[in-house]
Amino acid sequence: MTAAITIKSLRKTFGALTVLHEVDLSIEPGQFVVLVGPSGCGKSTLLDCICGLSQPTAGSLHFDDQDVTNLPPRERDIAMVFQSYALYPSMTVRQNIEFGLKVRKMPKAERDKEVTRVATLLKIEHLLDRRPSQMSGGQRQRVAMGRAMARRPRIFLFDEPLSNLDAKLRVEMRHEIKRMHQLVRTTTIYVTHDQVEALSLADVIVVMKEGHIQQVGTPQEIYDKPANTFVASFMGSPPMNLIPARMKRRDGVAGAELLPAGGLPNWIKLQEPAKPIADGEELIIGIRPEEFHFTSERPLLDGDVAELTLPINVLEPLGSEYVFTSTVNGAEVSARLNAKSGPHPDGDTLQVLFEPRRVCLFDPGTSNRL
Amino acid sequence: MLRYLPLSRVAIYGGLILAAAIYLFPMAVMLSTGLKTMPEIQIGNALSLPRDPTFAAFAKAWSGACTGINCEGIQRYFLNTVILIIPTALIPTFLGMLNGYVLSQWRFRGSEVFFALLLFGCFIPLQVVLLPMAQVLGWLGLANSYGGLMLVHIAYGIPFTTMFFRNYYVSLPPELVRAARVDGASFFQIFWSIIVPISGPIIIVSLIWQFTQVWNDFLFAVIFSGADSQPVMVALNNIVKTSTGTKEYNVDMAAALLAGLPTLIVYLISGRFFVRGLTAGAVKG
Ligand SMILES: Nc1ncnc2c1ncn2[C@@H]1O[C@H](COP(=O)(O)OP(=O)(O)O)[C@@H](O)[C@H]1O
Ligand SMILES: [Mg+2]
Repeated sequence: MTAAITIKSLRKTFGALTVLHEVDLSIEPGQFVVLVGPSGCGKSTLLDCICGLSQPTAGSLHFDDQDVTNLPPRERDIAMVFQSYALYPSMTVRQNIEFGLKVRKMPKAERDKEVTRVATLLKIEHLLDRRPSQMSGGQRQRVAMGRAMARRPRIFLFDEPLSNLDAKLRVEMRHEIKRMHQLVRTTTIYVTHDQVEALSLADVIVVMKEGHIQQVGTPQEIYDKPANTFVASFMGSPPMNLIPARMKRRDGVAGAELLPAGGLPNWIKLQEPAKPIADGEELIIGIRPEEFHFTSERPLLDGDVAELTLPINVLEPLGSEYVFTSTVNGAEVSARLNAKSGPHPDGDTLQVLFEPRRVCLFDPGTSNRL
Repeated sequence: MLRYLPLSRVAIYGGLILAAAIYLFPMAVMLSTGLKTMPEIQIGNALSLPRDPTFAAFAKAWSGACTGINCEGIQRYFLNTVILIIPTALIPTFLGMLNGYVLSQWRFRGSEVFFALLLFGCFIPLQVVLLPMAQVLGWLGLANSYGGLMLVHIAYGIPFTTMFFRNYYVSLPPELVRAARVDGASFFQIFWSIIVPISGPIIIVSLIWQFTQVWNDFLFAVIFSGADSQPVMVALNNIVKTSTGTKEYNVDMAAALLAGLPTLIVYLISGRFFVRGLTAGAVKG
């Protein structure tokens, strides 16, 4: 009913342009996998190869043990939801949902049952006799999902299904998609360029850039331990702060100096990186904006706590939190502080805490995590 | 401003009425002459209205006027054109629809070049293809026959109809066909259940185009038709040129009006659809 997907050394070129380089990916049955990356990084191309609308230039693709690399889409038993919905304009909602079943020669009685099941699930019973032109974007999106679900495929593919909806509807449909997946537990690959969607929907996130997979992991892994500076700055909003620094050991303990603009240098302790690094070598320190805390939160923090006095460049009170930007070691740094924990910051500087063990270290040469 | 606007309207309508009058004037003279008797015409005032309108000239044009040696009017030739028009409107429309579907939704290596070459067919002057066409019809054994003339019109129509359908279909979202393929539909299942049902306006454009092209054609008709497959336009020419006895202007005019009537009716009925089809944008999915 639901299938594992194994992609091996998949490559796709259009003439001289290589869009996918040696992609390897294993997806377990029932997983919700989100492919995320900036526009043009090859997400749709990868999805097309998986559904068979496009032939890979090299490499192989298996659903469970079946080699599907060269099968046409209709023999792959998959369903896809498109950004533009792609509902058949001349058909009613019922006919749209039925189409794939009819093509597969399912008897009328069974088809009717299936349409009813799907329509009930998606709460679109009242729309069954409408045409696509008579519905709103959100309704069309539901119908497109219904059409995909009616065939009970072994894999669902979504290509930026929510991009055409307004913000409120997008959140609503996101929940709907999650609910559907929890209900049917069919292997799903979902493409988006929106990192919030990725974090909120995925069991596993695959971050892509320029045709290369950057990292595969759970949302928490991707968020806490980004594999490189690209993932660190692509996932999360505002993105992870990346501060250039140099290794500077004290009594054999790894550390580095941070110099807030207009302030005094402050040595902080760092985790010893897995890769040996000599004193004086450059590295990049990554800190998520929400890792900064008001000093009043000290009792909540574990182990070593570093303290910094940051100059305030711009301060935005957002109700539940304060977001402000500062400058450290010449780099722009943003911080999000819990508004409940401190007074409205006034003055030019603010004293903040963070836990050095929550800091990520990157190699400035390769930009990979150390 | 408020006073100025109606004035500009007056200018526009005045201009339009004037233009319409200039275009309609010859037709009015034709109609009026066709309703006159010969003695009245011989008085020599072409602009006067008929004193005693009669359809006698129309009746004679239809069933009694002489084309060369036989005097049966245009009715047989009119029927010839009707027979000719059915396949020459339907077949290029269907093939154009299929071509347009492939050229817009199933691009293949070189399909753009193929389309460019096909467009060439729209711009080649008729006269250029006459000789090669005659040669080919000779080889096929279709010279001077219904079949030959039909083949010529079908072949000549395909570039135009292909262009209509292709340009209509390129505005479809490409996801439509992709979704149907993932749904499991085949090339022809997609064609019949998704593409054809949304092609109404452009089918009408194509049919009207072929209808008027074939109905009004004289050059192909006079060269490629046989004695018993002559279309009405050739017969009309023969009636007007037949010079036995006195020249019957009223019959000539009546015959011309009868021969032109079908295209006139087609435009009056479906001209709206024609314009709508030509300007129709993407079908929203
Ligand atoms: N059919 C094609 N021919 C040539 N280049 C293509 C084709 N399809 C996609 N590309 C190119 O491949 C790259 C990746 O495209 P795509 O997979 O659509 O990116 P994404 O979905 O991540 O935004 C883009 O640079 C795009 O221009
Ligand atoms: Mg895309």
